[in-house]
Amino acid sequence: MTQSDTLRRIVLMLPALVAILLLVGAPLGLMGWVSLLEKGTTAGVDWGSAPSIGNYQRLVWEEDFDGTLILNTNYLVIFLRSVLQAAVTTLLCLMLGLPVALWMASLSPTGRAVMLLLVTIPFWTNLLVRNYAWLIILREGGWLGMAVDALWPFGPVQLLYNDVAVAIGLTYSFLPFMVLPVYSVFEKFDWRLVEAAHDLGATRARALRRVILPVAMPGILAGSLLVFIPCLGAFVTPALLGGGKTLMLGNVIQMQFGPSRNWPFGAAISVVLLAVMLLAMTALALWRNRRSA
Amino acid sequence: MAETNTVTIRGVSKAFGRGDAAVRVLHDVSVDIARQEFFTLLGPSGCGKTTLLRLVAGFEIADSGSIRIEGQDVTHAPPFRRPVNTVFQNYALFPHLTVEQNVAFSLEEQRLPRDQIRQRVGEALEMVRMQTYARRRPSDLSGGQQQRVALARALAPRPKLLLLDEPLSALDLKLRKEMQIELKQLQAEAGITFLFVTHDQEEALALSDRVAVMQGGRILQMGPPREIYEAPTHRFVADFIGDINLLDGEATGGGVRVAGGQTLPVQVSRPGPVTLAIRPERARLVAAGTGVMDATLVHSAYLGTATLHKLQLASGGDFLIRQSDPVQAAPEKGSRVGIALPTDALQVLQE
Repeated sequence: MTQSDTLRRIVLMLPALVAILLLVGAPLGLMGWVSLLEKGTTAGVDWGSAPSIGNYQRLVWEEDFDGTLILNTNYLVIFLRSVLQAAVTTLLCLMLGLPVALWMASLSPTGRAVMLLLVTIPFWTNLLVRNYAWLIILREGGWLGMAVDALWPFGPVQLLYNDVAVAIGLTYSFLPFMVLPVYSVFEKFDWRLVEAAHDLGATRARALRRVILPVAMPGILAGSLLVFIPCLGAFVTPALLGGGKTLMLGNVIQMQFGPSRNWPFGAAISVVLLAVMLLAMTALALWRNRRSA
Repeated sequence: MAETNTVTIRGVSKAFGRGDAAVRVLHDVSVDIARQEFFTLLGPSGCGKTTLLRLVAGFEIADSGSIRIEGQDVTHAPPFRRPVNTVFQNYALFPHLTVEQNVAFSLEEQRLPRDQIRQRVGEALEMVRMQTYARRRPSDLSGGQQQRVALARALAPRPKLLLLDEPLSALDLKLRKEMQIELKQLQAEAGITFLFVTHDQEEALALSDRVAVMQGGRILQMGPPREIYEAPTHRFVADFIGDINLLDGEATGGGVRVAGGQTLPVQVSRPGPVTLAIRPERARLVAAGTGVMDATLVHSAYLGTATLHKLQLASGGDFLIRQSDPVQAAPEKGSRVGIALPTDALQVLQE
């Protein structure tokens, strides 16, 4: 490769590099830097403060009056609850999304186009509006609440402002993110493989387990990541449908940047969340590589 | 009484679609396939041959008629309850499994003990000479190798009947010839009945014990390859398999009078217009005036093992003669020649 070739390459890559540095690298770097500073008295950040890891320490330890550090599990509990909530939502999306995607792939081309449209239509409406819609459905005296009360003999059921409501809301919001990648796998799926499985003695259930699910695994993993990761940081749905009683990580972060005006601490939580997601994705990638090796 | 047939198909019909849009792809088809027979369904695409195979496999269910395998009625049985395995046109190997896992699939479904599975997988892979590829994935293999794995996978459960749906059509010519020989050997070794589907007439003739030529959802003619080739009963069969010369004629009491030629001593049941067929290699080129009719030599092509002469008849039609005597020099282009037609090589066709 000649020198002019190298130069040409650098020049051609420049726009992409600048975009990535400016739009991804810079904000992340800024967030990392802010997480090391102290909160300001009037603004969110005291830009002049000396960098320290104090904000990260605050996540796990609390400084007692005499200066000793004692364990503070508040944030750990919120973190674990967020992971659990996100995991439950992912599982629900999988259980609902997989059959839908499978069914969609079996339709005629027109049917598929219509279903794709129906699946994506909710995106056209604001997330807030959709959550308020669930608020109306789930509240006391809402039609779902009345229906459940009519069927449930042990007194009125509180549907709203609990983890179940949050799970319902999150599942509803993120279901398309599961359906679309799984559908894209099934769309390309070679259905003769199922015939081959039947031919070799596999019943329908066995063919599903031994052929359809393993072949669809890349789509299932992609969909699960697309649901799990934004769920972990979700704050609108837990705030509205959870009634602020059950905080998730996203709510804590939002509170730091909003009412608490503690940007450095919010940035620190964000960095930790990011690190955990990166670790999880790396682990998943390694596991997949080992399996396909 | 012991069943001597592996497959007995009786009056099977099948249509796809509903109401007015329904298309009948099989009309009242009946076939018997004997034990250890290599039986081939031959026909152009859309003739119903693959549908018939899929009915036997259980991927489709017949609208009417019955299918029995080894005496057992399987007309409505799902594919996983039939003693039948299939080699698919594009192999349909499981991409997420290794070669040996693919071959072990059916044995695991049968819940055989592990050591037995390992042994049978080894045997099946050895039969197709793919032992060294056991740990590979299908995507790492060439077309011919995938073909072998598909065969091993279908043979591993030791089916009574092996169905092969155009298994060689995706291979290049040289590999196809090799696999044809291997298939034939494999069938003899394994002692399994083969139901083979192809549109390649040469392949059908080379491999089969018996061939059924299909068109428009019906079996036109069924018999050993030699009979199909030498004594076609239908114009379609004669035309579909190899080169053929067709002559229109008029049946009379004394034989068949060929348009623009002599009366040939061919026995025909009733008078009227008939078509006579003769293979290019059975007709002979003779001096003008000494044959059944005269024609003009249009073109001679030297093919190595034979010379192919293209003639033009007085009626305007073409006539092919394949001459395998290399010593005899070809007459000059444009010259008048005669055509000799041995009576025993002439076939009277139904439309």
